[in-house]
Amino acid sequence: MVAKEKLTIGLVAKPGGTLNYHTGGWRTFRAVINHEKCIGCKRCADSCPDGAPYECAHDGKKKKFCVDYDYCKGCGICAFECPVDAIDMVKEEK
Amino acid sequence: MALMKVIEGSMAVAEAAKACRPAVVSAYPITPQTHIVEDISQMVADGDMPNCEYVRTESEFGAASMIQGAEAAGARSFSATSSQGAVLMYEVLFAIAGLRLPCVMAMANRSVSTPLSIWNDHQDAISARDNGWIQLWAEDTQEAADMIIQAYKIGEDHRVLLPVMVNLDGFLLTHVYEPVELYDQKMVDEFLPPYKPLYALDPKNPVTMGTLAQPEVYTEARYMVHDAQLKAKEVIEEVADDFRKKFGRYSGGLVETYKMEGAEVALIAMGSIIGTMKDAVDEMREEGMPVGVVKVRTYRPFPVEALRAALKDTKAICVIDRSISMGMEGPLFTDLKAGLYAASDAEVLGFVAGLGGRDITIEDFKDMAKKGFSRIKGERVSEMEWYKLDTDILPEGI
Repeated sequence: MVAKEKLTIGLVAKPGGTLNYHTGGWRTFRAVINHEKCIGCKRCADSCPDGAPYECAHDGKKKKFCVDYDYCKGCGICAFECPVDAIDMVKEEK
Repeated sequence: MALMKVIEGSMAVAEAAKACRPAVVSAYPITPQTHIVEDISQMVADGDMPNCEYVRTESEFGAASMIQGAEAAGARSFSATSSQGAVLMYEVLFAIAGLRLPCVMAMANRSVSTPLSIWNDHQDAISARDNGWIQLWAEDTQEAADMIIQAYKIGEDHRVLLPVMVNLDGFLLTHVYEPVELYDQKMVDEFLPPYKPLYALDPKNPVTMGTLAQPEVYTEARYMVHDAQLKAKEVIEEVADDFRKKFGRYSGGLVETYKMEGAEVALIAMGSIIGTMKDAVDEMREEGMPVGVVKVRTYRPFPVEALRAALKDTKAICVIDRSISMGMEGPLFTDLKAGLYAASDAEVLGFVAGLGGRDITIEDFKDMAKKGFSRIKGERVSEMEWYKLDTDILPEGI
């Protein structure tokens, strides 16, 4: 049997942080960016509360954005903001 | 040499707090606590407390949060409040206890609105009894001041690590001028070493305080606070003994008894009314009636064992509460009955009295004690009474 971790007085703990704790697990929908439509305007990244979209490719003319699913919580703001409707909110299968 | 001075109760508390060298004092003024923090802010402004920062805040919520932060960073802190201010602090008081931060706060006890009243009763502190703070209750200004110094030593003991509230009756103690023996700084420094926190916020060694506790650990976290409260009983007695050795006065501990030898009836209460009670008992003893007083100095942790011992030979116990748990009865009355359950056959009578500054006189206490004797004889006496309730002014049907 694995020994249980002991509590500390006042429950003082190691500092928490999202480097280790991936909040994307809360997601019901995932934002999926269609690179055929993406014009690289970066509005998805700018509007995301978590900074999940990031530049991941370049087709020679335009930047393309991808989503970091460790942190995307599926709120849909990026899909709402996208000027060319390149982002689909796809239900997670769990 | 310690100096005896006739000063206001608030000043005595301020002098005691100053002698403890807090690094942060934060408070918001509220009657009748105001003079305590006014005196301290004056001392800070005058340069008499060179290593103390006085932080003015926008509310009591802010003041409580400020001392919480100071203690979390490892600094000794002080605050004082009253009534509505204490109610506004409510959320933070729980947090301070849960974080195991040994803050010390003076509570200038006052009734709680509505209806608005600035006068004394115990409702403010009593309604904060379940938040994990240790509660000490002073009978006079010397005791209130001495308890401030003891409070730090109790709370900062690593067996305890809990905040301590020192209760003194608003106006009756905060605004009264009495001779008080003030403190020699060197003696206080010897009695109370600098605060050594178990954990402290430090950017070089980061920690998380106030974490989320899932159902798997929440109960255990609460149990740890309860366990510290129970362990505090021993520490409170130890500290009172240490204080007596150093300063020559026993002004702490769990309970104090007065003329309880052979007492058939005991009067029991907290705070400044104890002085009046002792006078009542003196008169009744002269008249040949075996009455004594039990003073609850520590209300949380509740000193069940000490009370059982103090009351073991009594036949009737009159409990006087200056507060009310609406829909039930006086909280000390309830607690005492629970503490004595199966340990005593004594009759226990509860009196709710002295609310919102209503005076309780020597004659009143003699009357209550006589009801205790009547009860022993088997006469009809109500178990719980709103003492001297003026039914003439109540509306029809009540």
